[in-house]
Amino acid sequence: MNLLEIENLSLSIGDTPILKGVELTIAPGEVVGLVGESGSGKSMTALTIMRLLPHLARAEGRVAFDGIDILGASEDQMCALRGDDIGMVFQEPMTALNPVKTIGEQVAEGIRWHTKASRAEAEERARKILDRVGLPEAKFPLSRYPHELSGGQRQRVVIAIACALKPKLLIADEPTTALDVVLQAQILDLLRDLVSENRMGLLLISHDLAVVTEMADRLIILRNGEVMEAGDTARTLSEQQHPYTRELALASTHVPARPKPHLAGSAKPLLEVEGVGRDYPGRRKSLFRPAQPIRAVDDVSLTIEPAQSVALVGRSGCGKSTLARMILALDKPTAGTIRFRGEPITGKPESTLKPARRDMQVVFQDPYGSFDPRQKVEKLVAEPLHLLEKPPAKAERREMVAHALQEVGLSQRDMDKYPHEFSGGQRQRLSIARAIITRPKLVVADEPVSALDVSIRAQILDLFAELNQKLGIAYLFITHDLTVARAMADEVLVMHEGKIVERGRAAEVLDHPRSEAAQALVAAAPDLHRAIARKMQEQG
Amino acid sequence: MTLRVDLPEETLAGVLAKAFGNRSFLIGLIITLLVVAVALLSFVWTPYDVTRLVIADKTQAPSWAHWFGTDHFGRDILSMIMVGARNSIAVALVAVGIGMGIGVPLGAVAAARGGIVDEALMRLNDLVFAFPALLSAIMITAIFGPGAVNAIIAIGIFNIPVFARVARAGALAIWPREFILAARAAGKGMTQITVEHILPNIATLLLVQGTIQFALGILAEAGLSYVGLGAQPPMPSWGRMLFDAQTRMVTAPWMAIFPGMAIVITVLGLNLLGDGIADILDPKSRRRR
Repeated sequence: MNLLEIENLSLSIGDTPILKGVELTIAPGEVVGLVGESGSGKSMTALTIMRLLPHLARAEGRVAFDGIDILGASEDQMCALRGDDIGMVFQEPMTALNPVKTIGEQVAEGIRWHTKASRAEAEERARKILDRVGLPEAKFPLSRYPHELSGGQRQRVVIAIACALKPKLLIADEPTTALDVVLQAQILDLLRDLVSENRMGLLLISHDLAVVTEMADRLIILRNGEVMEAGDTARTLSEQQHPYTRELALASTHVPARPKPHLAGSAKPLLEVEGVGRDYPGRRKSLFRPAQPIRAVDDVSLTIEPAQSVALVGRSGCGKSTLARMILALDKPTAGTIRFRGEPITGKPESTLKPARRDMQVVFQDPYGSFDPRQKVEKLVAEPLHLLEKPPAKAERREMVAHALQEVGLSQRDMDKYPHEFSGGQRQRLSIARAIITRPKLVVADEPVSALDVSIRAQILDLFAELNQKLGIAYLFITHDLTVARAMADEVLVMHEGKIVERGRAAEVLDHPRSEAAQALVAAAPDLHRAIARKMQEQG
Repeated sequence: MTLRVDLPEETLAGVLAKAFGNRSFLIGLIITLLVVAVALLSFVWTPYDVTRLVIADKTQAPSWAHWFGTDHFGRDILSMIMVGARNSIAVALVAVGIGMGIGVPLGAVAAARGGIVDEALMRLNDLVFAFPALLSAIMITAIFGPGAVNAIIAIGIFNIPVFARVARAGALAIWPREFILAARAAGKGMTQITVEHILPNIATLLLVQGTIQFALGILAEAGLSYVGLGAQPPMPSWGRMLFDAQTRMVTAPWMAIFPGMAIVITVLGLNLLGDGIADILDPKSRRRR
């Protein structure tokens, strides 16, 4: 008998249809992957199973969990199910935990609520489950607060809360999207083990086809609230019968065409970073001893040539974003020098940096946070123009903005809109338009595609490649996503704990990593082709 | 994916539609406009002349001739409340202006510069904040003499740290955002970023605080007038009217009731207005009240 059966589920919020006739089943011990892009209704499906839908949402159809009719159940019945028989893991480990309660309390809370166990019993069980998810009490006492843990550790606590009562079904909504690849691999291993130990059903929701392929027995591909294709993972992805499945698979492994590859050593370096370090003041351990500084970046040297595309890869917290900020002269190094076009930019006052800033722009990760919500596109995209010797007049400025918008594939009519009127991908295009409007020689892109859906991601990568070919812009891509590095970079630098531990031609480093840090990254990175091949063997 | 509920688009029409669906905003707006209208009307017309004493009509109870009654000099209470509104609004408005005009730049500078500048400015702020407002107002008026202008200055000074704090806190939340980093990468300086990005993003915060301080300013003015340090006779003011009514509470309660109600209603109106504005401009609050 199936654990969860969803038949012909339709959901609408107000007049907007969200889900249309969704069918889904999960058997005990089975991992089902729910794949789709943003707005496809993945999260809403999960919330329907938990019946945590927003107000005004109306669900029709049948959702049966373990013989209980979810849509018809009373709120009391649902309260008894949630956290007991159905557990849920959310994407953002930062916000899924209560910052003012210790991890022990938060795990024990659910146990006490559902089992009426005594405080001591609940604590004992909390200790056990935390130990199971890889947070042994010796190293991580129950009295730790969430802010004392790293992102990956926090996600383990969230999993511990969800699995504390050995639920029959676990729903994991993008459980690893906020983590770097190495942590992602660890968390996925943990989930896989928990499933086989407890014969738990797992509904894994993700936009990342490679992750789901590695994990799931069966796949359900969702688009605009409708199931496009469903079936065994291996068969679905090897045959790719549905055009949308094919589209997703292609987009996930997309490598943009760059007909004119960069030849190393062909020109004088554009950017030279020499022995750069950055210390942050550490926490004082004693009143009488000076605080030990924290070294975020340690003796880093690199060069970028004109039109060269370099990827700086590393795990989160390895210092890559700090390095990027120093290259952009937004942060001052505590050691070393950075030269741009042969001139040092370190230690110079802001007023003399204008020419350098003009030729060096930036694209950030978060297309939602990188625009002032109260300004119109024209003003936002034109922001770097005041770096020009002679800032253009209004008419000329509009002209330039229109041109930049066209270059990134937007229309000049978009000039008078506000950022919230655009989708994530469009905003990232705006971000790129803003970066190229002064015709820079170097663009630093900090995780430029990691917040985007796969199909949008492929388009943005194409755009980066096109601008590189057309305008000869050099790139520094900062990323933890090796597929971006593989697709875009001529050279790859691997950063680990503030140091550059490996560098070389992209294909070489990614196929034959030598350093331990690079090997760990490569081994942990989800790879669609590899995952499909493995599934083919497993499922015949 | 994360669950992203689409926010209603913030167009002018959208904001207006929300505004007229918000009960506390509407009621607050109506009361405030009414008070302002009464104050403006008093410039051209009042039922009676407030400077003429008619001893024959002293301490009359409310009647058709004198809706709110008369005081111990025979002046019409309604007329005095109308003229007094002028005084209250002017004092509170200018005091808020002083507070915003000085406090907001201070707070913005503190947030932008950080470090020692921030520390120095904020501790100075604490110092001003630590004095009981009324006491210091008494001190200022004691030195420079009582009068409406000195009352304005005294109340204004105490608005400065309030706005400085709000502006700093708001600005600190905006500074680490990526669009500020993008503006810095575009070579913009502290001042330019503050004017172009920070201030517009904390404007709503300041607007709400402004209405609250406006209400507090009216209360403070009444307090100062009550102890004789606000507007001087013969200029009527609400606080002074309450003072005059004090000894006649039993024999002529209307002398206290009506000015008291004027104060309460005005402050209530402004508070509702502030609440309403906060609700409307907060994109996250979609509840109706």
